[in-house]
Formats: sequence, structure tokens, C-alpha cells
Amino acid sequence: MTGEVAVLGAGMHPWGKWGRSFVEYGAAAARAALADAGLEWRDVGSIVGAGTVRGGYPGYVAGATFAKALGWQGARVASVYAACASGAQAVDAARAQILSGLADVVLVVGADAAPKGFFRPAGGDRPDDPDWLRFRVLGATNPTYFGLYARRRMAVHGDTVEDFAQVKVKNSTMGALNPYARYRKRVTAEEVAASAVVAEPLRLLDICATSDGGAALVLSSMEFARRRGVDRPVRIRAVSTVTPQYPNTVLDLPDIATDSAVAVQPHPDTFRASIAKAAYEEADLGPEDLSLAEVYDLSTALELQWYEDLGLCAEGEGAKLLREGATSPGGRIPVNASGGLASFGEAVPAQAIAQVCELTWQLRQQAGDRQVAGARAGITANQGLFGHGSAVVAVR
Amino acid sequence: MSRTHTPVVEGWFAGQGDDFRLLGTRCAACASVFFPREDGHCRNPRCPGGDLEEIPLSRRARIWSYTDSRYRPPSPYVTNPELPWEPYTLIAAELEAERIVVLGQAAPGISVADLAVGMEVEVVPGALHEDTETVWTTWHWRPTGVEA
Repeated sequence: MTGEVAVLGAGMHPWGKWGRSFVEYGAAAARAALADAGLEWRDVGSIVGAGTVRGGYPGYVAGATFAKALGWQGARVASVYAACASGAQAVDAARAQILSGLADVVLVVGADAAPKGFFRPAGGDRPDDPDWLRFRVLGATNPTYFGLYARRRMAVHGDTVEDFAQVKVKNSTMGALNPYARYRKRVTAEEVAASAVVAEPLRLLDICATSDGGAALVLSSMEFARRRGVDRPVRIRAVSTVTPQYPNTVLDLPDIATDSAVAVQPHPDTFRASIAKAAYEEADLGPEDLSLAEVYDLSTALELQWYEDLGLCAEGEGAKLLREGATSPGGRIPVNASGGLASFGEAVPAQAIAQVCELTWQLRQQAGDRQVAGARAGITANQGLFGHGSAVVAVR
Repeated sequence: MSRTHTPVVEGWFAGQGDDFRLLGTRCAACASVFFPREDGHCRNPRCPGGDLEEIPLSRRARIWSYTDSRYRPPSPYVTNPELPWEPYTLIAAELEAERIVVLGQAAPGISVADLAVGMEVEVVPGALHEDTETVWTTWHWRPTGVEA
């Protein structure tokens, strides 16, 4: 088992479509996390920024951008980019610095300002860029991939569009209780069914929006937390950032084809399942030990997929788990108590950090009306483009 | 004036009519197949790396999944913004011999209502878009037994 790090502070800027710079959201989240930790920015020895490709050069060097916005104070800096897993990799980089003794306290920040409409590739003529090619050759937006996965589940596992709609109903119920969520209105199954089809079988209300938002964490060594008099901090016990195993036989964004399995037998675990398995092994616990999970519901159907990949139920039984109410508030393993991406919309580099913020508040019993009673252990799960994914296990 | 036909990506497909095929590469050492073509080095981590030879992929495949694009995709997908958006269907098809899933647009006129997971499709030549001098060609998946 890897050593643990303490979560001293968590902070967010509300998600929305505010039309301002990502720097403002990130700095606000950072100040909130520092206040939550009871620390001054000048007490922080290192800052790790999760990058964004939508903020120009300042987005690529997010760590320095946030450090300057907060006021240069000489902290060690790093910036990481890993598509949707950027936030989790920033947490992982901070953890590595703490566990190796390079830093006592690290501030982790991610923020984004999203454009209207579909995400699109970087500009110019880029025929060697798979992300550019899938748009140029196929017009394959992110929601079309979500549509492919959803249809596949319907054919293989018997999921229905009504099951998918119930994920939105559940998550909107929780999001309505979250002051940081962008969408705070409860949604009915009828409203999902009445929304426009975007990528058959998925409708507008099955697919997460793209949002502005910022999230931050203050992490420290267990020793530093003790010296600060924090006896029972939330502890990060695992951060999984594994890559796929060749051949990757699930069509992942932004690829036009899978790897071929003609020469090598595929690994028994899919990529998503391997992300969770690595986190469980590192944390020395299993799905039966969890109080809650925050998963990347880029679409309603993908949330059901995560139930299976996290081992909350057997393969093909995700919809059954949902129908039984196990993943609803008060159920055996509430999923997306924050409201999920369904209620937030994705602010790419902030989202995986926001997932850990929710675990932190839940494990401290500070989640207000959406509190999961007696929460002791939680997992986050996320997947992004180009073979990135993450899972974080936090306990208290 | 006849327009030139230019592949949207060079080297990914070739041939006319019934001879039309997607082109991949195959490692001479481990027999791994790559599409889109890999010309640099075999990506099987257990393989020392052999010569990568161009091969035509199987013409027929089975539908792994399908969806459609009800909204206009952003650039670099080329569309005429002055015309109303016409949704098109996308098919991910599994090639049995190569054990690979390849995404492609469905042939024009094929809607999601015509499709089912597991249905047999074949690869056919298609046009992605046209401008004054050029027809940009691509591949389409089409259910077998359906005539163009």
C-alpha cells in the first residue's frame, strides 16, 4: 500500500457559463480551498495546475498562471495535461511530491472556460492528429461516441432509454441540492424523453454539457496535518492513472478504430475496469467497502457502464442496480451524490478535482442535504481522450 | 469539366466498385494489424517489431454499434452552412478476421432505423463532400444486400 496524504482543504467556483477567464475561476477555487484549510497561500510550498487547451498559452502553463494570479511567492510549480483526467493527474503529481518529501503542502487547481457547442480540435490542418482526423473524416463529435456506447449497451445488456433517463432523474435530484452545480432543477423522465435527440439513442438531457468552473484542493503530508492539529483528516489512499493494455478493444475517443486483437489476446479487464482495479489494489479495499462513488457520467448510459467497471455490480447489471435504487440517495452505494456531470456539465481540468472535493465534504459529513449517512470511504472514476483515465480513493 | 477524385486521407483505402477496400498494415513479425495504418513501428509491446506491410482489410464486417449525428459537427468537418443540416448515420463495424472495430459513416440514405447490432455490412466507396474542383472520397459502411 502506498502512503496516504491528507486533504486539508477543498474549494470550488460554481459551475456555469459565466463568460469569464478560467484564471478567475481557478483562483477563486484556490482561495476557497486555502480558507477551508485555514492556510495562507504563502504557506504553500508547491502548486500543481491542471491544464486546459482552451485558454491559450496560459492554459498550457496553468500552474504558473494560477500562481501568478494568487501572487508570486516562490512556490515550486508544475502543470499537467491529461484530457479529462488532468485534475486527477494533478492530484497524483502533488501526492508524489508530498510522499517523496519534496513538499509538505501542495495546492492543486484546475479550471476551464468552455465554448458554446461541441468541443472541437485544435485549429489548422492537422492530418497527423487523431482528434482532428475524426472530425475531418467522420464529423464524429464526442456525443456520437456516447451514442455508440449507449446503443451497444441496449443491444448487449438490454438497457432501455428509460433506464438512461432515470440516471438523469437521479442525478438532477442530487444536483438540485448542490450550490456549486450549474443545473439545479429536478428533471423528470418525461422531460428527458421530450428533449431533442443528439446522437441516437441519446437525447440532449442524456448528455453532459460543457461548463465553466474551477476546483482546488490543499493536500499535505499526514505529519503536517498532525502538526496543524487536524486529527482525522480525509486521506487520499489511492490515485490510479494507468494506461490501457494492448490491444485496447473498446473504441475510445478520439480513435477511428480499436486496436486489432488478431495477434494478442485482449486483457480480461477493459481499460475502465483496470483503472478501478489499480485504485482498489493501491487502497487495499474493494467495492464492498465503499460508501459512495463519483463517476464520470459524460452520458447517462456511461454512468451505468461505470457501475460495472467499478465492480458495484456484475457486467450487464448496471441498469438493474439503478432500478433497485442501490445508487440513489439512501441506497447501498449512492453514485454521484454531487449531481454528477449531469448537473455540472464538464469543466475538463476541474472536473476530476471537483469529484475529490465532493468526496472530501461527504467524508467530513459536511455535504448538507445531499449527505450520504456515515460515509467512510469513496471512489472517483473518470476517463478522457487519448488513453487517459483516473480513479481516486479517499477515506476517513 | 470533370472534377478530380481525391481521398480525404491518402493511403487509407483504394479500389473501385467491388474491389474497394480499406488499407491497413500488418506486422511481419507478430501479424498485428493496424488501421489507421501504422507505418513506423509495430505497437504490440510484446513484439520486437517487424516490417509493416500494406494489406487490404476484409470487405465485410458486423455492426458493433451505430448512432447518428443530428447536429452539424464543427470544423474541420466540411459542410455548407447555407443548407439545412442533414443528419448522417455512423457505424462501428467489427471485422472478424482482423478482430478490429472500424468507425465509418453509413452510405447515404441509411438511417439508424435500418440497422441492428450484429448486422452484416460491407465497405463501399463514398463521397465526403465536393467543391468546385474536387470530390473528396471516403469509405462508407452499407448493409449487405442493399444496392446503392
